[in-house]
Amino acid sequence: MTVQLLNASGCLDALVAPGIAIQLDAFVTKTVTPQAREGNPPPRIVETESGMLNSIGLQNPGIDAFVEEILPRITELGVPIWVSVGGFSAPDYAEVCERLDGQAAVEVIELNLSCPNVEEAPETAAELVAAARAATTKPLYAKLSPATWDVAESARAVAGAGADGLSLVNTIRGLALNPTTRRPNLPRGAGGYSGPALRPIALACVHACARAVALPIVGMGGVTSGDDVLDFLAAGASAVALGTILFSDPLAPSRIRAELSDTGVPAVVVSRHGIHGFVRNSASRHVLSSE
Amino acid sequence: MSPASTSLSLAGREARRQRLLVTGTEPVGPYTLLRLERGELEPGVPGQFFMLEAPRRVLPRPMSLCQAPPRELTFLIDPIGPGTRALCTLRSGEAIHVLGPLGNGFDLDVDRPVLVAGGIGIAPMPYLAAALGDPPAVLGFRTERHAEAGRLLPGAEIVVEPRLVTELLPNDPCDVLACGPEPMLEALRTRAPHAQLAWEARMACGYGACYGCVVEIDGRNRRLCVDGPVLRNAA
Repeated sequence: MTVQLLNASGCLDALVAPGIAIQLDAFVTKTVTPQAREGNPPPRIVETESGMLNSIGLQNPGIDAFVEEILPRITELGVPIWVSVGGFSAPDYAEVCERLDGQAAVEVIELNLSCPNVEEAPETAAELVAAARAATTKPLYAKLSPATWDVAESARAVAGAGADGLSLVNTIRGLALNPTTRRPNLPRGAGGYSGPALRPIALACVHACARAVALPIVGMGGVTSGDDVLDFLAAGASAVALGTILFSDPLAPSRIRAELSDTGVPAVVVSRHGIHGFVRNSASRHVLSSE
Repeated sequence: MSPASTSLSLAGREARRQRLLVTGTEPVGPYTLLRLERGELEPGVPGQFFMLEAPRRVLPRPMSLCQAPPRELTFLIDPIGPGTRALCTLRSGEAIHVLGPLGNGFDLDVDRPVLVAGGIGIAPMPYLAAALGDPPAVLGFRTERHAEAGRLLPGAEIVVEPRLVTELLPNDPCDVLACGPEPMLEALRTRAPHAQLAWEARMACGYGACYGCVVEIDGRNRRLCVDGPVLRNAA
Protein backbone atom coordinates (compact mmCIF):
# COMPACT_ATOMS: atom_id res chain seq x y z
CA MET A 1 0.00 0.00 0.00
CA THR A 2 1.07 3.60 -0.37
CA VAL A 3 0.77 6.48 2.02
CA GLN A 4 -0.90 9.65 0.79
CA LEU A 5 1.40 12.65 1.14
CA LEU A 6 0.20 16.24 0.87
CA ASN A 7 1.82 19.58 1.63
CA ALA A 8 0.65 21.67 4.55
CA SER A 9 -1.13 24.82 3.42
CA GLY A 10 1.21 27.78 3.06
CA CYS A 11 4.33 25.64 2.72
CA LEU A 12 4.49 25.26 -1.07
CA ASP A 13 3.70 27.35 -4.14
CA ALA A 14 2.87 24.95 -6.96
CA LEU A 15 3.45 27.65 -9.56
CA VAL A 16 7.06 28.35 -8.59
CA ALA A 17 7.83 24.72 -7.70
CA PRO A 18 5.68 22.52 -9.97
CA GLY A 19 8.19 19.67 -9.81
CA ILE A 20 7.66 19.40 -6.08
CA ALA A 21 3.87 19.75 -6.25
CA ILE A 22 3.58 16.84 -8.67
CA GLN A 23 5.38 14.58 -6.21
CA LEU A 24 2.39 14.93 -3.89
CA ASP A 25 -0.92 13.05 -3.87
CA ALA A 26 -2.70 16.38 -3.52
CA PHE A 27 -1.57 19.98 -3.54
CA VAL A 28 -3.02 22.17 -0.79
CA THR A 29 -3.10 25.87 -1.69
CA LYS A 30 -2.12 28.78 0.48
CA THR A 31 -5.18 30.07 2.34
CA VAL A 32 -7.56 32.09 0.17
CA THR A 33 -9.70 34.85 1.71
CA PRO A 34 -12.57 36.88 0.14
CA GLN A 35 -10.39 39.96 -0.43
CA ALA A 36 -6.72 40.22 -1.43
CA ARG A 37 -4.36 40.53 1.53
CA GLU A 38 -0.80 41.89 1.60
CA GLY A 39 -0.10 39.96 4.82
CA ASN A 40 1.97 41.04 7.80
CA PRO A 41 4.99 43.37 7.65
CA PRO A 42 8.47 41.78 7.58
CA PRO A 43 10.40 40.25 9.20
CA ARG A 44 8.00 37.33 9.05
CA ILE A 45 10.05 34.35 10.11
CA VAL A 46 12.47 33.43 12.85
CA GLU A 47 14.15 30.13 13.55
CA THR A 48 14.24 28.68 17.05
CA GLU A 49 16.21 25.74 18.45
CA SER A 50 13.81 23.09 17.18
CA GLY A 51 11.32 24.84 14.95
CA MET A 52 10.43 28.13 13.37
CA LEU A 53 7.92 30.90 13.91
CA ASN A 54 6.09 32.48 11.01
CA SER A 55 3.92 35.54 10.81
CA ILE A 56 2.88 35.64 7.16
CA GLY A 57 -0.66 36.81 7.86
CA LEU A 58 -2.57 35.07 5.04
CA GLN A 59 -1.02 36.97 2.13
CA ASN A 60 -3.11 35.98 -0.90
CA PRO A 61 -4.67 37.53 -4.01
CA GLY A 62 -8.29 37.06 -2.87
CA ILE A 63 -10.87 34.61 -4.20
CA ASP A 64 -11.55 36.41 -7.50
CA ALA A 65 -7.91 36.46 -8.64
CA PHE A 66 -7.44 32.95 -7.26
CA VAL A 67 -10.27 31.51 -9.35
CA GLU A 68 -9.39 33.48 -12.46
CA GLU A 69 -5.60 33.41 -12.48
CA ILE A 70 -4.20 30.77 -10.16
CA LEU A 71 -6.65 27.87 -10.18
CA PRO A 72 -6.51 27.32 -13.97
CA ARG A 73 -2.71 27.21 -13.86
CA ILE A 74 -2.39 24.80 -10.95
CA THR A 75 -5.08 22.60 -12.49
CA GLU A 76 -2.72 22.01 -15.42
CA LEU A 77 -0.32 20.18 -13.10
CA GLY A 78 -2.75 17.26 -12.91
CA VAL A 79 -2.50 16.92 -9.11
CA PRO A 80 -5.72 16.84 -7.04
CA ILE A 81 -6.25 20.32 -5.61
CA TRP A 82 -7.29 21.12 -2.07
CA VAL A 83 -8.06 24.78 -1.50
CA SER A 84 -7.42 26.24 1.94
CA VAL A 85 -10.10 28.78 2.85
CA GLY A 86 -9.85 31.49 5.48
CA GLY A 87 -11.74 34.53 6.63
CA PHE A 88 -12.68 36.77 9.50
CA SER A 89 -16.33 35.79 9.91
CA ALA A 90 -18.76 33.01 9.00
CA PRO A 91 -20.00 34.94 5.92
CA ASP A 92 -16.37 35.18 4.72
CA TYR A 93 -15.98 31.40 4.82
CA ALA A 94 -19.36 30.91 3.17
CA GLU A 95 -18.53 33.39 0.39
CA VAL A 96 -15.25 31.71 -0.57
CA CYS A 97 -16.74 28.20 -0.35
CA GLU A 98 -19.64 29.24 -2.55
CA ARG A 99 -17.22 30.55 -5.19
CA LEU A 100 -15.27 27.28 -5.10
CA ASP A 101 -18.35 25.06 -5.15
CA GLY A 102 -18.74 25.35 -8.91
CA GLN A 103 -15.03 24.80 -9.64
CA ALA A 104 -14.68 21.23 -10.87
CA ALA A 105 -10.90 21.32 -10.35
CA VAL A 106 -11.29 21.72 -6.59
CA GLU A 107 -11.28 18.28 -4.96
CA VAL A 108 -11.49 19.31 -1.30
CA ILE A 109 -11.92 22.52 0.68
CA GLU A 110 -9.80 22.80 3.81
CA LEU A 111 -11.10 25.34 6.29
CA ASN A 112 -8.30 27.21 8.02
CA LEU A 113 -10.09 27.75 11.31
CA SER A 114 -7.02 28.45 13.33
CA CYS A 115 -4.48 30.84 11.80
CA PRO A 116 -2.49 32.22 14.75
CA ASN A 117 -1.34 35.28 12.78
CA VAL A 118 -4.59 37.15 12.13
CA GLU A 119 -7.59 38.23 14.17
CA GLU A 120 -9.91 35.30 14.75
CA ALA A 121 -13.47 35.15 13.51
CA PRO A 122 -15.92 35.66 16.38
CA GLU A 123 -17.77 32.43 15.62
CA THR A 124 -16.75 29.00 16.93
CA ALA A 125 -15.07 26.47 14.64
CA ALA A 126 -18.33 24.53 14.43
CA GLU A 127 -20.26 27.65 13.38
CA LEU A 128 -17.71 28.37 10.66
CA VAL A 129 -17.95 24.78 9.41
CA ALA A 130 -21.75 25.01 9.39
CA ALA A 131 -21.60 28.21 7.33
CA ALA A 132 -19.22 26.58 4.86
CA ARG A 133 -21.34 23.40 4.77
CA ALA A 134 -24.37 25.43 3.72
CA ALA A 135 -22.35 26.98 0.87
CA THR A 136 -20.82 23.91 -0.77
CA THR A 137 -21.23 20.20 -1.37
CA LYS A 138 -17.46 19.69 -1.73
CA PRO A 139 -15.72 17.62 0.94
CA LEU A 140 -14.81 19.92 3.84
CA TYR A 141 -11.75 19.35 6.00
CA ALA A 142 -11.58 21.36 9.21
CA LYS A 143 -8.04 22.42 10.13
CA LEU A 144 -7.91 22.70 13.89
CA SER A 145 -5.56 24.43 16.28
CA PRO A 146 -3.64 22.32 18.80
CA ALA A 147 -4.00 25.21 21.25
CA THR A 148 -7.18 24.03 22.86
CA TRP A 149 -7.86 22.23 26.09
CA ASP A 150 -9.81 19.42 24.44
CA VAL A 151 -9.18 19.04 20.71
CA ALA A 152 -11.39 15.93 20.62
CA GLU A 153 -14.31 18.09 21.70
CA SER A 154 -13.55 20.50 18.82
CA ALA A 155 -13.39 17.49 16.48
CA ARG A 156 -16.82 16.28 17.63
CA ALA A 157 -18.26 19.77 17.21
CA VAL A 158 -16.99 20.25 13.64
CA ALA A 159 -18.06 16.69 12.74
CA GLY A 160 -21.54 17.53 13.98
CA ALA A 161 -21.50 20.71 11.89
CA GLY A 162 -20.84 18.75 8.71
CA ALA A 163 -17.05 18.41 8.33
CA ASP A 164 -15.98 15.44 6.19
CA GLY A 165 -12.47 15.25 7.56
CA LEU A 166 -9.90 16.84 9.84
CA SER A 167 -6.52 18.44 9.18
CA LEU A 168 -4.46 18.19 12.35
CA VAL A 169 -2.78 20.45 13.27
CA ASN A 170 -2.20 24.09 12.47
CA THR A 171 0.79 25.90 13.99
CA ILE A 172 0.69 26.83 17.66
CA ARG A 173 1.34 30.37 18.85
CA GLY A 174 4.92 30.95 20.04
CA LEU A 175 7.23 33.83 20.87
CA ALA A 176 10.93 34.36 20.23
CA LEU A 177 12.96 37.27 21.61
CA ASN A 178 15.99 39.00 20.18
CA PRO A 179 18.93 37.98 22.43
CA THR A 180 20.28 41.55 22.56
CA THR A 181 17.14 43.65 22.94
CA ARG A 182 14.85 41.01 24.54
CA ARG A 183 12.13 42.35 22.31
CA PRO A 184 10.01 40.08 20.05
CA ASN A 185 11.74 39.03 16.84
CA LEU A 186 8.49 39.40 14.89
CA PRO A 187 6.69 42.76 14.64
CA ARG A 188 3.39 41.27 15.81
CA GLY A 189 5.06 39.57 18.76
CA ALA A 190 3.97 35.95 18.61
CA GLY A 191 3.94 33.83 15.45
CA GLY A 192 2.89 30.33 14.39
CA TYR A 193 5.32 27.70 15.67
CA SER A 194 6.05 24.77 13.34
CA GLY A 195 8.75 22.18 12.77
CA PRO A 196 9.95 19.19 14.81
CA ALA A 197 8.93 20.75 18.14
CA LEU A 198 5.29 20.60 17.04
CA ARG A 199 5.33 16.87 16.26
CA PRO A 200 4.47 15.37 19.68
CA ILE A 201 1.72 17.96 20.11
CA ALA A 202 0.28 17.10 16.69
CA LEU A 203 0.50 13.37 17.40
CA ALA A 204 -1.45 13.82 20.63
CA CYS A 205 -4.16 15.71 18.76
CA VAL A 206 -4.41 13.09 16.01
CA HIS A 207 -4.54 10.33 18.60
CA ALA A 208 -7.29 12.04 20.60
CA CYS A 209 -9.41 12.97 17.56
CA ALA A 210 -9.10 9.56 15.90
CA ARG A 211 -10.74 8.06 18.99
CA ALA A 212 -13.39 10.77 19.17
CA VAL A 213 -14.73 10.90 15.62
CA ALA A 214 -14.99 8.60 12.59
CA LEU A 215 -13.56 11.13 10.13
CA PRO A 216 -10.43 10.75 8.00
CA ILE A 217 -7.52 12.76 9.38
CA VAL A 218 -4.64 14.42 7.56
CA GLY A 219 -1.88 14.46 10.16
CA MET A 220 0.79 17.16 10.09
CA GLY A 221 3.23 18.89 12.37
CA GLY A 222 7.00 18.51 12.21
CA VAL A 223 7.11 15.53 9.86
CA THR A 224 10.67 15.13 8.56
CA SER A 225 11.02 11.42 7.74
CA GLY A 226 9.31 8.19 6.80
CA ASP A 227 9.50 7.21 10.44
CA ASP A 228 7.52 10.30 11.42
CA VAL A 229 4.88 9.41 8.82
CA LEU A 230 4.50 5.96 10.39
CA ASP A 231 3.97 7.63 13.77
CA PHE A 232 1.12 9.73 12.40
CA LEU A 233 -0.50 6.73 10.71
CA ALA A 234 -0.20 4.74 13.92
CA ALA A 235 -1.79 7.59 15.89
CA GLY A 236 -4.79 7.56 13.56
CA ALA A 237 -4.02 9.70 10.52
CA SER A 238 -5.25 8.56 7.10
CA ALA A 239 -2.78 10.76 5.21
CA VAL A 240 0.16 12.96 6.15
CA ALA A 241 1.12 16.50 5.15
CA LEU A 242 4.62 17.98 4.97
CA GLY A 243 5.20 21.55 6.09
CA THR A 244 8.40 23.10 7.41
CA ILE A 245 10.54 20.24 6.06
CA LEU A 246 9.76 21.46 2.52
CA PHE A 247 11.68 24.67 3.29
CA SER A 248 14.94 22.85 4.06
CA ASP A 249 14.40 19.87 1.78
CA PRO A 250 12.16 20.49 -1.23
CA LEU A 251 12.78 16.89 -2.27
CA ALA A 252 11.30 15.59 0.99
CA PRO A 253 8.21 13.99 -0.66
CA SER A 254 10.28 11.61 -2.79
CA ARG A 255 12.84 11.04 -0.04
CA ILE A 256 10.13 10.14 2.49
CA ARG A 257 8.43 7.82 0.02
CA ALA A 258 11.75 6.07 -0.52
CA GLU A 259 12.25 5.75 3.24
CA LEU A 260 8.76 4.25 3.59
CA SER A 261 9.33 1.79 0.79
CA ASP A 262 12.70 0.79 2.29
CA THR A 263 11.19 0.05 5.69
CA GLY A 264 7.85 -1.20 4.34
CA VAL A 265 4.67 0.15 5.91
CA PRO A 266 3.97 -2.22 8.82
CA ALA A 267 1.05 -4.61 8.54
CA VAL A 268 -0.46 -3.14 11.72
CA VAL A 269 -1.41 -0.08 9.67
CA VAL A 270 -4.79 -1.17 8.38
CA SER A 271 -7.27 0.52 6.13
CA ARG A 272 -10.25 2.16 7.73
CA HIS A 273 -10.99 5.62 6.39
CA GLY A 274 -10.75 6.78 2.81
CA ILE A 275 -9.34 10.23 2.14
CA HIS A 276 -11.42 12.27 -0.26
CA GLY A 277 -10.12 12.45 -3.77
CA PHE A 278 -7.94 9.37 -3.36
CA VAL A 279 -8.46 5.71 -4.06
CA ARG A 280 -10.21 4.50 -0.95
CA ASN A 281 -8.29 1.28 -0.43
CA SER A 282 -4.99 3.10 -0.16
CA ALA A 283 -5.91 5.08 2.93
CA SER A 284 -4.93 3.69 6.25
CA ARG A 285 -5.32 3.88 9.95
CA HIS A 286 -3.63 1.97 12.69
CA VAL A 287 -5.98 0.41 15.20
CA LEU A 288 -4.30 1.02 18.50
CA SER A 289 -4.17 -1.91 20.88
CA SER A 290 -5.93 0.08 23.56
CA GLU A 291 -9.06 0.48 21.46
CA MET B 1 33.06 12.76 -4.46
CA SER B 2 29.75 14.36 -3.58
CA PRO B 3 26.67 12.10 -4.04
CA ALA B 4 24.48 12.67 -7.10
CA SER B 5 22.48 15.87 -7.47
CA THR B 6 18.79 16.33 -8.24
CA SER B 7 17.55 18.90 -10.72
CA LEU B 8 14.56 21.10 -9.90
CA SER B 9 12.71 23.77 -11.82
CA LEU B 10 12.16 26.63 -9.36
CA ALA B 11 10.53 29.90 -10.41
CA GLY B 12 11.07 28.90 -14.04
CA ARG B 13 14.81 28.31 -13.62
CA GLU B 14 16.91 25.23 -13.25
CA ALA B 15 18.47 24.64 -9.83
CA ARG B 16 20.11 21.58 -8.35
CA ARG B 17 20.30 20.16 -4.86
CA GLN B 18 23.30 18.14 -3.82
CA ARG B 19 25.23 17.17 -0.72
CA LEU B 20 28.58 18.87 -1.19
CA LEU B 21 31.85 18.13 0.57
CA VAL B 22 33.55 20.91 2.49
CA THR B 23 37.02 21.38 1.03
CA GLY B 24 38.14 23.93 3.61
CA THR B 25 37.47 27.09 5.57
CA GLU B 26 39.66 30.12 6.08
CA PRO B 27 39.28 33.19 8.26
CA VAL B 28 38.92 36.52 6.44
CA GLY B 29 38.97 39.16 9.18
CA PRO B 30 35.93 38.32 11.35
CA TYR B 31 34.32 36.39 8.49
CA THR B 32 34.88 32.82 7.29
CA LEU B 33 35.34 31.78 3.68
CA LEU B 34 33.65 28.37 3.30
CA ARG B 35 34.90 26.31 0.37
CA LEU B 36 32.72 23.55 -1.03
CA GLU B 37 33.26 21.00 -3.76
CA ARG B 38 31.17 22.29 -6.69
CA GLY B 39 29.64 18.92 -7.56
CA GLU B 40 27.04 19.26 -10.30
CA LEU B 41 25.81 22.71 -9.21
CA GLU B 42 26.09 25.62 -11.61
CA PRO B 43 27.62 28.77 -10.11
CA GLY B 44 24.89 30.87 -11.75
CA VAL B 45 24.89 34.61 -12.33
CA PRO B 46 26.71 36.86 -9.80
CA GLY B 47 24.22 37.98 -7.16
CA GLN B 48 22.24 34.74 -7.26
CA PHE B 49 22.25 32.76 -4.02
CA PHE B 50 22.29 29.24 -2.65
CA MET B 51 20.51 27.71 0.35
CA LEU B 52 23.15 26.10 2.57
CA GLU B 53 22.16 23.44 5.09
CA ALA B 54 23.15 24.75 8.53
CA PRO B 55 24.19 21.73 10.62
CA ARG B 56 21.83 20.94 13.51
CA ARG B 57 19.46 23.80 12.56
CA VAL B 58 15.89 23.57 11.27
CA LEU B 59 16.32 25.97 8.33
CA PRO B 60 19.03 26.42 5.70
CA ARG B 61 20.73 29.81 5.24
CA PRO B 62 20.75 31.89 2.04
CA MET B 63 24.25 32.84 0.84
CA SER B 64 25.31 34.53 -2.37
CA LEU B 65 28.23 32.97 -4.19
CA CYS B 66 31.55 34.65 -3.41
CA GLN B 67 33.90 32.95 -5.86
CA ALA B 68 33.69 30.16 -8.43
CA PRO B 69 37.17 28.62 -8.66
CA PRO B 70 37.44 25.46 -10.78
CA ARG B 71 35.42 22.62 -9.24
CA GLU B 72 34.60 24.71 -6.15
CA LEU B 73 32.03 27.18 -4.81
CA THR B 74 32.99 29.56 -2.02
CA PHE B 75 30.79 31.52 0.37
CA LEU B 76 31.81 34.36 2.70
CA ILE B 77 29.92 34.01 5.97
CA ASP B 78 29.54 36.37 8.93
CA PRO B 79 29.00 34.27 12.09
CA ILE B 80 26.17 36.34 13.54
CA GLY B 81 23.86 33.59 14.83
CA PRO B 82 23.64 29.85 15.48
CA GLY B 83 23.16 28.90 11.81
CA THR B 84 26.01 30.98 10.42
CA ARG B 85 28.25 29.90 13.31
CA ALA B 86 27.51 26.25 12.49
CA LEU B 87 28.47 26.91 8.87
CA CYS B 88 31.70 28.67 9.87
CA THR B 89 32.81 25.76 12.05
CA LEU B 90 32.38 23.10 9.36
CA ARG B 91 35.52 21.05 8.76
CA SER B 92 37.05 19.60 5.61
CA GLY B 93 35.45 16.28 4.77
CA GLU B 94 32.08 17.16 6.29
CA ALA B 95 29.20 17.67 3.84
CA ILE B 96 26.09 19.83 3.64
CA HIS B 97 23.10 19.97 1.31
CA VAL B 98 23.17 22.94 -1.04
CA LEU B 99 20.33 24.15 -3.30
CA GLY B 100 20.85 26.63 -6.10
CA PRO B 101 21.53 28.85 -7.85
CA LEU B 102 18.37 30.77 -6.89
CA GLY B 103 16.85 34.19 -7.51
CA ASN B 104 17.78 37.01 -9.87
CA GLY B 105 21.42 38.03 -10.08
CA PHE B 106 22.97 41.24 -11.41
CA ASP B 107 22.37 42.33 -14.99
CA LEU B 108 25.89 42.27 -16.44
CA ASP B 109 24.98 44.34 -19.49
CA VAL B 110 26.37 47.60 -18.09
CA ASP B 111 28.65 50.24 -19.67
CA ARG B 112 30.45 51.77 -16.70
CA PRO B 113 30.15 49.41 -13.75
CA VAL B 114 31.16 50.49 -10.25
CA LEU B 115 30.87 47.91 -7.48
CA VAL B 116 29.83 49.16 -4.05
CA ALA B 117 29.69 46.98 -0.94
CA GLY B 118 29.30 47.46 2.78
CA GLY B 119 30.44 44.92 5.39
CA ILE B 120 29.45 41.33 4.57
CA GLY B 121 27.90 42.82 1.41
CA ILE B 122 31.31 42.20 -0.10
CA ALA B 123 30.29 38.51 -0.35
CA PRO B 124 29.03 38.48 -3.99
CA MET B 125 31.59 41.05 -5.24
CA PRO B 126 34.61 38.84 -6.09
CA TYR B 127 32.49 36.68 -8.43
CA LEU B 128 30.80 39.78 -9.85
CA ALA B 129 34.16 41.53 -10.37
CA ALA B 130 35.51 38.50 -12.24
CA ALA B 131 32.46 38.48 -14.52
CA LEU B 132 32.84 42.21 -15.30
CA GLY B 133 36.64 42.27 -15.78
CA ASP B 134 37.56 43.83 -12.43
CA PRO B 135 35.77 47.18 -12.62
CA PRO B 136 36.36 49.95 -10.03
CA ALA B 137 35.06 49.01 -6.58
CA VAL B 138 34.35 50.83 -3.33
CA LEU B 139 34.13 48.96 -0.04
CA GLY B 140 33.01 50.19 3.36
CA PHE B 141 33.60 48.46 6.69
CA ARG B 142 32.77 49.00 10.34
CA THR B 143 36.30 48.37 11.68
CA GLU B 144 39.84 47.78 10.42
CA ARG B 145 39.40 44.09 11.24
CA HIS B 146 36.29 43.82 9.05
CA ALA B 147 38.21 45.70 6.35
CA GLU B 148 40.63 42.74 6.11
CA ALA B 149 37.96 41.21 3.85
CA GLY B 150 38.97 43.84 1.29
CA ARG B 151 41.76 41.48 0.24
CA LEU B 152 39.11 39.43 -1.60
CA LEU B 153 38.78 42.34 -4.04
CA PRO B 154 42.31 43.56 -4.86
CA GLY B 155 42.41 47.13 -6.13
CA ALA B 156 39.21 48.22 -4.42
CA GLU B 157 39.09 51.50 -2.53
CA ILE B 158 38.31 50.92 1.12
CA VAL B 159 36.77 53.19 3.74
CA VAL B 160 36.25 52.46 7.42
CA GLU B 161 33.51 54.11 9.48
CA PRO B 162 32.84 56.93 10.15
CA ARG B 163 33.71 57.40 6.47
CA LEU B 164 31.04 56.10 4.07
CA VAL B 165 31.21 54.49 0.63
CA THR B 166 29.03 57.25 -0.81
CA GLU B 167 31.95 59.69 -0.27
CA LEU B 168 34.01 57.77 -2.83
CA LEU B 169 31.36 57.37 -5.52
CA PRO B 170 32.44 58.96 -8.81
CA ASN B 171 30.49 62.06 -9.77
CA ASP B 172 30.32 61.00 -13.43
CA PRO B 173 27.43 58.82 -14.51
CA CYS B 174 28.12 55.16 -13.77
CA ASP B 175 26.32 51.85 -13.31
CA VAL B 176 26.27 51.09 -9.60
CA LEU B 177 26.02 47.41 -8.59
CA ALA B 178 25.78 47.20 -4.83
CA CYS B 179 25.28 44.92 -1.84
CA GLY B 180 25.31 45.92 1.80
CA PRO B 181 23.30 47.10 4.79
CA GLU B 182 19.94 48.77 4.18
CA PRO B 183 21.02 52.33 5.11
CA MET B 184 23.82 52.08 2.51
CA LEU B 185 21.44 50.76 -0.16
CA GLU B 186 18.92 53.50 0.67
CA ALA B 187 21.64 56.14 0.33
CA LEU B 188 22.68 54.68 -3.04
CA ARG B 189 19.07 54.67 -4.15
CA THR B 190 19.05 58.43 -3.83
CA ARG B 191 22.49 58.95 -5.39
CA ALA B 192 22.20 56.49 -8.28
CA PRO B 193 18.65 56.18 -9.58
CA HIS B 194 19.42 53.19 -11.82
CA ALA B 195 21.58 51.27 -9.38
CA GLN B 196 21.24 47.50 -9.13
CA LEU B 197 20.90 46.72 -5.43
CA ALA B 198 21.22 43.28 -3.83
CA TRP B 199 18.96 43.18 -0.77
CA GLU B 200 18.94 40.81 2.14
CA ALA B 201 16.09 39.17 4.05
CA ARG B 202 15.53 36.25 6.39
CA MET B 203 14.46 33.30 4.28
CA ALA B 204 13.06 29.91 5.22
CA CYS B 205 13.01 28.21 1.82
CA GLY B 206 14.69 30.47 -0.78
CA TYR B 207 12.43 29.26 -3.60
CA GLY B 208 9.12 31.05 -3.16
CA ALA B 209 7.29 28.59 -0.91
CA CYS B 210 7.13 30.33 2.46
CA TYR B 211 6.45 34.03 1.78
CA GLY B 212 8.82 34.75 4.66
CA CYS B 213 11.23 37.06 2.81
CA VAL B 214 8.86 39.66 1.41
CA VAL B 215 9.89 43.27 0.83
CA GLU B 216 7.61 46.08 -0.24
CA ILE B 217 8.02 46.88 -3.94
CA ASP B 218 5.66 49.43 -5.50
CA GLY B 219 3.30 49.05 -2.55
CA ARG B 220 3.07 45.26 -2.83
CA ASN B 221 4.76 42.63 -0.66
CA ARG B 222 6.95 40.68 -3.08
CA ARG B 223 9.10 37.65 -2.33
CA LEU B 224 12.74 38.71 -2.40
CA CYS B 225 13.83 35.14 -3.22
CA VAL B 226 12.00 35.03 -6.56
CA ASP B 227 11.70 38.75 -7.43
CA GLY B 228 15.22 39.57 -6.12
CA PRO B 229 17.58 39.52 -4.37
CA VAL B 230 18.98 41.98 -6.93
CA LEU B 231 16.44 44.70 -7.66
CA ARG B 232 16.96 47.49 -10.10
CA ASN B 233 16.34 50.77 -8.36
CA ALA B 234 13.13 52.36 -9.61
CA ALA B 235 13.83 55.45 -11.70
